[in-house]
Order: sequence, then structure tokens, then C-alpha cells
Amino acid sequence: MKIGVIDYRAGNLRSVINALKAVGCDGGMVVKSPGELERCDKIILPGVGAFPKAMAYLNETGFVQALNEQVVGRGKLFLGVCLGMQLIMEMGHEGEKTPGLGWLRGAVTRFADTPGLSVPHVGWNDTRPVNSKAIMAGVPEGADFYYVHSFKVACCDSSDVAATCEYGEPFVAAVERGNVFGTQFHPEKSQHFGLRVLKNFVELPC
Amino acid sequence: MLKKRLVAVLVVCDGKIVQSEQFRHPHKIHDNPVFAMDCFNKWAVDEIMTLNVSRSSKSRGQFLDVVAELSDACFLPHVVGGWIETEQHAVDLLHCGADKVVLNTRAFEDRTLVPLLADRLGRQCVVVSIDARKDADGVERVCIDRGARLTATAVVDWAREAEQLGAGELFVNSIEHDGMCRGYNLDCLAKVKRAVSIPVIGFGGVSEWGHLKEGVEQAGLDAVAAANVFHYSENSCKKAKRYLLDQNLPFRSANGVKA
Repeated sequence: MKIGVIDYRAGNLRSVINALKAVGCDGGMVVKSPGELERCDKIILPGVGAFPKAMAYLNETGFVQALNEQVVGRGKLFLGVCLGMQLIMEMGHEGEKTPGLGWLRGAVTRFADTPGLSVPHVGWNDTRPVNSKAIMAGVPEGADFYYVHSFKVACCDSSDVAATCEYGEPFVAAVERGNVFGTQFHPEKSQHFGLRVLKNFVELPC
Repeated sequence: MLKKRLVAVLVVCDGKIVQSEQFRHPHKIHDNPVFAMDCFNKWAVDEIMTLNVSRSSKSRGQFLDVVAELSDACFLPHVVGGWIETEQHAVDLLHCGADKVVLNTRAFEDRTLVPLLADRLGRQCVVVSIDARKDADGVERVCIDRGARLTATAVVDWAREAEQLGAGELFVNSIEHDGMCRGYNLDCLAKVKRAVSIPVIGFGGVSEWGHLKEGVEQAGLDAVAAANVFHYSENSCKKAKRYLLDQNLPFRSANGVKA
């Protein structure tokens, strides 16, 4: 099975490919051009960085169109990680308002300034799986995952939420709707529970 | 809630893991850094920091290889540093699989480097390392050049400035405590912690788990780091984590501790 990991100059691809290997998937491949997605059975969009810049790059390179074809049209399984999860929402509010891929209803907004809580939210935080979603299968309530982000996702449809976390306020830690999955945390950096989440994605039938 | 972190530091000299004693490196611990990484992965550490303490800047290429090899075995956040003087070397290290870079001497000497890296990589990616040494008047001053040069700048002043310049975290060591097994320099660490709002990682002097607890409770540290102590006993990181959880300190939960 080939899992395409999209290289849009915004993330630690090497870690994702290594983590896929660790859960028994040797088919992780770096995808640099939209045409390569055709050959992939599943797609991962990783990423750390700014929403507007990432969307601009995905638009310019034709990845937006290719992703819509492969994920919405063909129904290929998709996992967005960190910024990659934020990009599947309708609208990003990082700097200027920027439309995202819009696969899930909701917006991406900055954490409120709270005394004593520094932004970005960086570190291990306990996470609560909800709605018995496939992506979080086997992860116990309160398992810690590793986060690095200043912006957070709010879903309009609560049934899209696969896990929640709290940093001054509750926020969405993972999403799942049909063939579309996302994690705000970094599964590739969250040791064995993170690897469990990746394994869940790898083992879902195409 | 956001957890406190237990950080294992790998001190690498000419490609080998060494023990650090007041910034001298008399004992080689492992020929193969990946062996140590494997152990840390299994043993409930929350973050790994790999420092290149080689005496020569020519070690950069070799260090990139070590970082790549380590990162391939590391499913935890990996912070790396030593001899980072340019954006390019920082980017090269990230491409080798590092998640954050840690800067010391060059960040102090060239005040444009931290803002540049924070802008290009994001401030969460930039850790500023400060080595403290007491001067004759008992004030903790910044020491640079791998401990060789004592400056006139007070540690707390540089800590505040580093935060303003764009550092996402501070990593603070004390040369008098490094490798001396008497615990952290709590007074210095507490002063730094009070001076800034970004996370502070304490390092230097841990020889028993109680020292980690002191770092959290007395200095208010966000992360407690140690190096030598982790190499000398079986399952050391796991024992450290058990101890911290038994003390009801907010570390990554026992659920995450792999037997």
C-alpha cells in the first residue's frame, strides 16, 4: 500500500515516513507534485507553519484540485496532521481570512490570550477520544499526545469531532468524517499512542 | 492539562555519547548514539535533546549524520544544537529530523540570529541555551563558547532579551553544577523562570530523582533535563518518571509509560 506524504515545504516528512515504517507500512512516499497522488492509496498532509502561506502554495501548485479529486471525488483515505488538519476546515483566521479546503464545516482561530498560558501550546497534553471514532481506536481516555500550535479548530458539526483537549479552553484534538481524518497533535512524535493512531489510519480498509 | 516534561540530554562529542563534567568530557558512554535513543524511546522520556559539544566547528557534517540516525529511531520531540551559527545549518538539522534547534554562543553574539530563525521556522522551533557561572560578586553571568568565556551580562537580563528576540523556550545550565551530582542551581533557575513567560528547561547536576522534583517545585521549571544520570542504571528514565508521578507531579501519565 502506498501512502503519499505531501511535501509542501511545511513539515517534518522524514518523521512521518519513519513512524509509518514503525507501524509496519513501508509504503510511505514523499509526494512533491499533485500528479503523484493518483498512484497513492492513502494521503497524509503533515505540516507546521502558517495557514495562508500553506493554502497559497497548495493552490499555486495544483494540490488543492488534485486533493479534491482524490479525496472528495475518489474517496481516498486522508489524514491531516497539525496544520494539515486545520487546512481541511472552511476558513482560517491566521492573519488575513483564508478559505481552507472546506471538507469539514468550521473555522481555525487563535487561542485566546490567557494569563499564565503561553501561545504556542507546546508539549504533552491529555486527550479525550469522543464519538467512538476509528482514528482514535484503542487510545484510552486521558492519553497524552504531543502538540505544537497557536491556532485551533472549532467544528460546526460535533459529530465530526474524534477527540478533544484543553488549553485554557477546550479545543478539537482530532476529527473524522467519512474518509477524512485529522489530528491536531503530532502522532509521529507522540510515542506509542501516536503510533497507535497512525496504525489505525494505515489499517483502515481503502 | 499541559504536562511538565522529562528531557534526556545526549551529549555528543565527535560522534560519540560522552559524559559531561563542568563542560569537560572525560568519559565516553556509548559508541553508538542510536543504542541510547532506543532505550530512551522505551523508557518514558518526554523529549530528547542532542547536543554537539565537539571542540571543532568541522564536526557539523558528522553531527548531521548523528541527528539523522537518531531521529529515525525517535518518536518523540527531538531538540538538537551545538555549533549552529547560520540559518542554513538550522534548516539542515530540521531536514535530518530534528523538531527544534537550540542555540547558545552565536545567539548571544549575533542578536539577529534568533529573530531570523523565529521568523523562518516559528518561535516554537527556537530554544536558547544559557550557561550560567557565578562571578566574584556572586551574580550569575552568561558564559559562552562552551563555558570558556564569562561575559558581563547577567543571566536574567539575557533570558528576558532572548524571549523578546523570539526564543520559544530557554534551556539553562549552570557550569558549577554540571556533572557535579548536587542537583540543579535552583536559585538561578527560579530567577530565570520568574523573569520570562516562555517555558524554562533546567539542566545540570541531577544525580537523584529528588533533584528533578526540586526543579519543578522550587524553581517552577516547565521541563527537567538530565544527561549522565540516565546512562548509569537499567530503566533509569522509567524509574525517574515513576518517581515523578508518585510525587503527584503533572508529568505525562503512567498510561504512557511502557513496561
